[in-house]
Amino acid sequence: MQKYSDYELEQKSVRYRIALLKYIKRANAGHTGGDLSCTDILNVLYNEVLNVSPGNFSDPNRDRYIQSKGHSVEALYVVLADKGFFPERDLETMCRYKSPYVGHPTRKVRGIEFNTGALGHGLSISTGIALAGKKDQLPYRVFTLLGDGELAEGSNWEAAMLAAHYKLDNLVAILDHNTLQITGRNSEVCNPYPIEEKWKAFGWNVVHTDGHNFAELRKVLNETPTVPGKPNFVIAHTVKGKGVSFMEDIKKWHHRVPADEEFEQAINELKVQLNENY
Amino acid sequence: MKITDKLIKGKANLEIYSETLIELGLSDKDVLAVTSDSRGSGKLVPFAEKLPEQIVEIGIAEQNLVGVAAGLASTGKKVFATSPGCFLATRSLEQIKNDVAYSNYPVTLVGISSGVSYGALGSTHHSIHDVAVLRAIHNLTIVVPADNFEAREAVKAAAAFDKPVYLKFGKKNMPHLHSGDEVFEIGKAFTIVDGSDVAFIACGETVAPAFEAAQKLHENGISVRVVSMHTLKPLDTDAILKAARECKAIVTVEEHSISGGLGEACASTILEAGLFLPFKRVGIPDEETVAGSQVEIFEHYGITGEGLCNTALKLLNLS
Ligand SMILES: Cc1ncc(C[n+]2csc(CCOP(=O)(O)OP(=O)(O)O)c2C)c(N)n1
Ligand SMILES: [Mg+2]
Repeated sequence: MQKYSDYELEQKSVRYRIALLKYIKRANAGHTGGDLSCTDILNVLYNEVLNVSPGNFSDPNRDRYIQSKGHSVEALYVVLADKGFFPERDLETMCRYKSPYVGHPTRKVRGIEFNTGALGHGLSISTGIALAGKKDQLPYRVFTLLGDGELAEGSNWEAAMLAAHYKLDNLVAILDHNTLQITGRNSEVCNPYPIEEKWKAFGWNVVHTDGHNFAELRKVLNETPTVPGKPNFVIAHTVKGKGVSFMEDIKKWHHRVPADEEFEQAINELKVQLNENY
Repeated sequence: MKITDKLIKGKANLEIYSETLIELGLSDKDVLAVTSDSRGSGKLVPFAEKLPEQIVEIGIAEQNLVGVAAGLASTGKKVFATSPGCFLATRSLEQIKNDVAYSNYPVTLVGISSGVSYGALGSTHHSIHDVAVLRAIHNLTIVVPADNFEAREAVKAAAAFDKPVYLKFGKKNMPHLHSGDEVFEIGKAFTIVDGSDVAFIACGETVAPAFEAAQKLHENGISVRVVSMHTLKPLDTDAILKAARECKAIVTVEEHSISGGLGEACASTILEAGLFLPFKRVGIPDEETVAGSQVEIFEHYGITGEGLCNTALKLLNLS
């Protein structure tokens, strides 16, 4: 069921991007590029797809979201705040002394299921949750978000094999495929290609989507499981640093905090897209 | 050093690692830096630019990093496997234990941004358990340099050593604690300043605050010894027992969990020698580490000149 128009989602993403940049600037820490590349995915997940809210967060039937690429936590915090898990102004303490809002997901923050940040854990965790769902015949689905550089961690492939073995069609792994990691292009660091063929060979149902197209994301993420008995791998084609012209597809923005002028320019670029009526 | 010497800021030990590795690499093409998308945080971009044939990129795969490093080392390469200490020491623990230590190939494992250098990023990014787990592995030497001099010497010593080594570096600029003409030897601690009322036995980035505490105590007429126990394995038991015999109290200081680290190593050495004296471990207690920057975490747990001064005074029954 569609809750928001594409335009409304687009407006939400602009707000999320402004907010996450603001908190990164304030904390003087954060993973700017990867936050911006997965903002639209998180937007669609939490606003259109996941059956998760502050009200049902302890319901065993709730959908689960595990952020394997934990470093993009600022985007997640901002979306969780918008969903009402905690007041957004709490994020003013991000990365400060004694703040629960540390620089990677932690269960001290309401709405977070697992403490991630070391790459290569999310898919195994999600496989476990999906397996329990099958055993108990619960209706929930499990979503996880992986980085493309993260695919080099061998644990992903162990989980890939097992999830197919247990026919976990309630599992959806989304790849934030921005083609960059810290050192540079994935293909130059440790070539992950061909991605689609690998996951297919492991027994997964593989689909592609534009990771910044709300209609496509909504459709793809809501339609799973498409093939009974197969876990789902969604290759979301994204742009690292999406939404800020001078950050897009530039590797140094992986964990760079914008300087004052850069920050101002970024916010201005985003603000012109804001429609006050939304 | 003299107790009254002013501390002069140097570079980050990690930068010294990078500079030294370039020197070593230029004179020996078998010196290899092996990285897991970690050359930026390991300050190895200049190494990669100068010696592009001598850097091996693994991708984000720390277990693979250590296994591949062991394979490379078995053919005679001098391998510096470099990755954040938090991931290197435990993600790859079995590779360290079997492929490196047990198989006995002289890989140098370099844990970067270690301890709580990545403070505000949370516990996934802290390595305050690495020494505890690695100490239990036979045939692994563990070195945690305190300043730029110790860092440079440790890297050179590891390259020349025919056994596996774990080197641990933080990110912060460290003050100089040596004049530079001392002789560095793996397994031989440095007495930074000598004294006989209380001894601080510290390692890595906590030696500097121990020295600052010593200065404060000295101003109050208390005689303080500061030992830089840069090698945690094999431990310089002579230096520990000498401190236990000659001083009235011992405070150990480490950027590590107080479980399984330097403090426990010192305590067991002292007890087994039949000695007993007031003793206190300072480090990260067994709790979820407080959130904050490295500086804030150090302050919270009393790993500062003032905090350590107070701990010593209490231990000496002077506060
Ligand atoms: C086990 C582990 N190794 C290394 C890191 C350090 N690290 C954080 S982000 C990152 C790059 C991730 O690249 P990618 O998966 O492509 O993420 P994105 O481009 O979406 O930011 C690395 C190496 C980590 N967090 N965990
Ligand atoms: Mg990427």
